[in-house]
Amino acid sequence: MLKQTEGSKAVAEAIALCRPEVICAYPISPQTHIVEGLGEMVKSGELAPCEFINVESEFAAMSVAIGASAAGARSYTATASQGLLFMAEAVYNASGLGLPIVMTVANRAIGAPINIWNDHSDSLSQRDSGWMQLFAETNQEAVDLHIQAFRLAEELSMPIMVCMDGFILTHAFERVDIPSQQQVDAYLPPFEPRQVLDPAQPVSIGAMVGPEAFMEVRYLAHAKQMQAIERIPQLAAEFKQAFGRDSGGLVRTYCTEDAETIIIAMGSVLGTIKDTVDEMRLAGHKIGVLGIISYRPFPLEQVRAALINSKRFLVLEKSLAVGMGGIVATDVRMAVTGTGLKGFTAIAGLGGRPITKASLHKLFGQLEKEELPPVTFLDLDWDAVNKQLERERQTRRSGPVAENMLHDKGIISAKFG
Amino acid sequence: MGFQPVKFYQTGTFTVGNRLLAADERSVQAGQTRSNSINSGHRACQGCGEALGARYAIDAAMAESNGQLIAVNATGCLEVFSTPYPESSWQVAWIHSLFGNAPAVATGVAAAMKVKGRTEVRVVAQGGDGSTTDIGFGCLSGMFERNDDVLYICYDNEAYMNTGVQRSSATPPAARTATTMPVGSEPGNVFGQGKNLPEIAMAHGIPYVATATVADLRDLEYKVRRAMKMHGARYIHLFVPCPLGWGTASSDTIRMARLAKESGMFPVFEAEHGEVTGVLKIRHKVPVEEYLKPQKRFAHLFGTHARPDMVARIQAIADRNIRKYGLLNGHEIDDPADDETCHARFPHLNPLPEGEEANESLREFHVNEGVN
Repeated sequence: MLKQTEGSKAVAEAIALCRPEVICAYPISPQTHIVEGLGEMVKSGELAPCEFINVESEFAAMSVAIGASAAGARSYTATASQGLLFMAEAVYNASGLGLPIVMTVANRAIGAPINIWNDHSDSLSQRDSGWMQLFAETNQEAVDLHIQAFRLAEELSMPIMVCMDGFILTHAFERVDIPSQQQVDAYLPPFEPRQVLDPAQPVSIGAMVGPEAFMEVRYLAHAKQMQAIERIPQLAAEFKQAFGRDSGGLVRTYCTEDAETIIIAMGSVLGTIKDTVDEMRLAGHKIGVLGIISYRPFPLEQVRAALINSKRFLVLEKSLAVGMGGIVATDVRMAVTGTGLKGFTAIAGLGGRPITKASLHKLFGQLEKEELPPVTFLDLDWDAVNKQLERERQTRRSGPVAENMLHDKGIISAKFG
Repeated sequence: MGFQPVKFYQTGTFTVGNRLLAADERSVQAGQTRSNSINSGHRACQGCGEALGARYAIDAAMAESNGQLIAVNATGCLEVFSTPYPESSWQVAWIHSLFGNAPAVATGVAAAMKVKGRTEVRVVAQGGDGSTTDIGFGCLSGMFERNDDVLYICYDNEAYMNTGVQRSSATPPAARTATTMPVGSEPGNVFGQGKNLPEIAMAHGIPYVATATVADLRDLEYKVRRAMKMHGARYIHLFVPCPLGWGTASSDTIRMARLAKESGMFPVFEAEHGEVTGVLKIRHKVPVEEYLKPQKRFAHLFGTHARPDMVARIQAIADRNIRKYGLLNGHEIDDPADDETCHARFPHLNPLPEGEEANESLREFHVNEGVN
């Protein structure tokens, strides 16, 4: 059914259609509207049978999900930013135990300085946790990815994060097609666990493993994600057949067939990038876009195939490997090993810094001429940075960096665009 | 000869391992249907109080739930010595997740059982004092506050034994640990205000809180069974001496637990909805020295550089416990034969016939030799 609705509300409805049995909720912006929506549905009886548990921390949220999933219940939670970091130990534990929990990450920056706005630092910090990570470009895709995620997670008995940009998607009202219960039931069978806590057949889950078997257990986690590389496109194709639209998959290309220059990105910024590319195409530029939906597992072959006929690429990412450069860019470079393609990185949109078409036009223009440094910090205020660096050279007690920045820049939050 | 009269000494006692009592008077552990939840072959140290306590507690919980039990375990000695891959001592559905999340994992298991309508399945979570009083404290408080249907059992050996005897917030004052060495002017652990988990649990107003020691396993079984008859969040704090960490003889585990209780260092009581409903009285009051001296972790309080001042401060703690919980009330006894409290402690047992004291021990059993 078509609806004009908020991204979080749409996701809450999609989750409910997946018939979760245990939902753990702990408030952190910008995911709160999702669990609020689900809480209301459980309270009213609209979503039943389902236990909605208000926990005391994100660490508890993931831990309750671990217990529920191990006991055979379809389990869901949502988090973001500091919350994801607070539950990090349990995040690794859930995948180590092979529990197919689905979690929405409403992507948000990590402090300090504390910042509630969108970038991808949070889920990318859990890159090696053993969770799969699927990035939604639109709210429709966020809805659809959750439905596919439960199916994939339970098939492989491994957990999945569905990542959607905080505020940009979670709080945006747009048209979303919410599927029917019959459609979802037909696509997503009931949860049949590979392992379950049951007094009738008692097993020990979570035993201590030493050097004699630890590598094998870890390799099997890797093997699961390699299986997911095969299954993700198949599940997307099945989804298209059942629901009538393209959603999910490993990667998505846009105008790449004859492109000499390709922009690579994840999440909602792909919309702005495509708009920019449309305008450049009209002006005769051979430029295209590669969206990465599946960040983990990382589709090395598919990325390589999409880039192989181009001349250069730029990874535009909302994350920063401090002391090194790009996080996604490193993976992309791995994918094009030996091709001789010229690769560039742009760090953009950290902490919610708007990524505007004007900035992208300028960036892509320089990229086509290969006039970019290996790593570009898009729209960085060099004056403010240099002023602070100079201050630190001059004064030992130069004070808190964030406060200095705010003081130097003044009130300019509304001046982007 | 058809019958031969045989006299079994102690056969009339309620000794926890007595298998010669009538079936309904036996402890769970002395019963034929005990579940052996944590089976032999695990790798606990000789004389481990925690292994003993867990065995009795989980078997009692299994008995009360008719075998419909799921156990959640925090990281710690119990987890490590019971499940070195690929072996497991557990003959009960069992999960270990992390050091600090056992209460929350148990909440999840209970929620799953509820949503699936499997109301007969009960959930026990267990961890050591480090897990319970320190790293898992937040999750435990959350589980209490929500009154989730979980019995949490803390096995308190008063330090992080698994990692090599470091101080926890349950470590007593003056005790030597690897991180509170007996050096300087205030040797051993600090004299802080403590962190009384049973009282903190009571402050949550949960249905049931109890303390117990491995010196009184009948009492432990009774409290576990009592807790398992209830629903909601329940907490049992079990005192389990650790020969390795305390520097005591492995044959002294029970004695140390008894001395902790008899000295007033560890009050044994139960409480419902935040109110104390019963205490185990001190039977033979002993000064704290008697409890402290056999333990090498307190050796620096005695001998050539004795610290009677610190012993006195510990005695003051015991005295405060005794006052606070009414552990004496003039009922302490000198002669075990006078113990009339025994029945009160085991209300699940049938009363003995009029005039027959529990501990007047000779009963005659006839052994039928000639008939199969």
